[in-house]
Amino acid sequence: MTILLVIIGMSIVTMVPRVIPAFIVDKLQFKDWVNRWLNAIPYAALGALIFPGVLSVNADKPHIGLIGGLVAIALAYIGLNVIFVVIGAILSVFLLTTL
Amino acid sequence: MESVDVNKNVASPSIAMIKRGLTVGFPIMLGYIPIAITYGVLAKQAGMTLTELTLMSVLVFAGASQFMGANMIALGAGAVEIIIATFVLNFRHFVMSLSFMNRMRPVAMKWKVPLSLGLTDETFAVSSLHTKEAKEEKGFLFYAALTLIAYLSWVMGSFLGGVLGEIIPEALSQSMGIALYAMFIGLLVPSVKKELRVGLIAIIAMLINAICLQFMSSGWAIVAGTVLGGLSGVLLLKEERE
Repeated sequence: MTILLVIIGMSIVTMVPRVIPAFIVDKLQFKDWVNRWLNAIPYAALGALIFPGVLSVNADKPHIGLIGGLVAIALAYIGLNVIFVVIGAILSVFLLTTL
Repeated sequence: MESVDVNKNVASPSIAMIKRGLTVGFPIMLGYIPIAITYGVLAKQAGMTLTELTLMSVLVFAGASQFMGANMIALGAGAVEIIIATFVLNFRHFVMSLSFMNRMRPVAMKWKVPLSLGLTDETFAVSSLHTKEAKEEKGFLFYAALTLIAYLSWVMGSFLGGVLGEIIPEALSQSMGIALYAMFIGLLVPSVKKELRVGLIAIIAMLINAICLQFMSSGWAIVAGTVLGGLSGVLLLKEERE
């Protein structure tokens, strides 16, 4: 029963912040600099999500996440599709942890 | 034959949009399924039933928060504590949604609401790198398709994880932990190649996040990195041509 309450509570606090912008953007006109800020958010978010989180892939050995990340950068840089970037990074981490 | 195909596309922009959405959503599915399975396994070990852990995926649809939630349930944390921690960890979606909805201005409200509810780090990242569809006819179907494939793979993966339990070898499930990071990198690098300043914005955000982590929770640190890192874009990004 408590778990159900936890789930409903989590649902509300994750939904509300996501949905509020849908209702407010129509009522707002942003200045140019605000638009530039909002357009930069995806790249900033990607940066903040990648690092330093990637180092915690294997909590005891941060170099494993680092190498996996570098492999992903290399594969993405040569122009491979995201799918192959993901598969390549998984394989490299798998090899590093099992060898 | 070719002319027939072209005509088909003209006749049905809806199907073309859905197909494009599923294509760009496929890597999200690939990233989500292993993570969702891991979540399912973890939540089961935390003492949640199959129904509860699947319901959490249906109603919450936020990976990091669900991992944390399952963990805290296992540790016997109080409901209020878990819910507040979830709010903090997920507050970044407010900023992302603001950015995404600003792009979705041409889309009707009845679509904006479900699209915003389906926003995750991953659907946001992929949607934000495909902005032109918002202005096209039936463009909302593109975003709806990629969000839905992400949502379904998350829910089904969680269920699968709860059923499979400990069958998956640990070395493999641990290696899957790199999947979402690799996806974020795979999304970021092509944009950096096109426009080097984008990489600078990302690096500034990384550094702010790393510094903030020293004295605040990871949820707020990501918010700070995203908001403040994004501010550097005010100077770095050029005006967009209309």
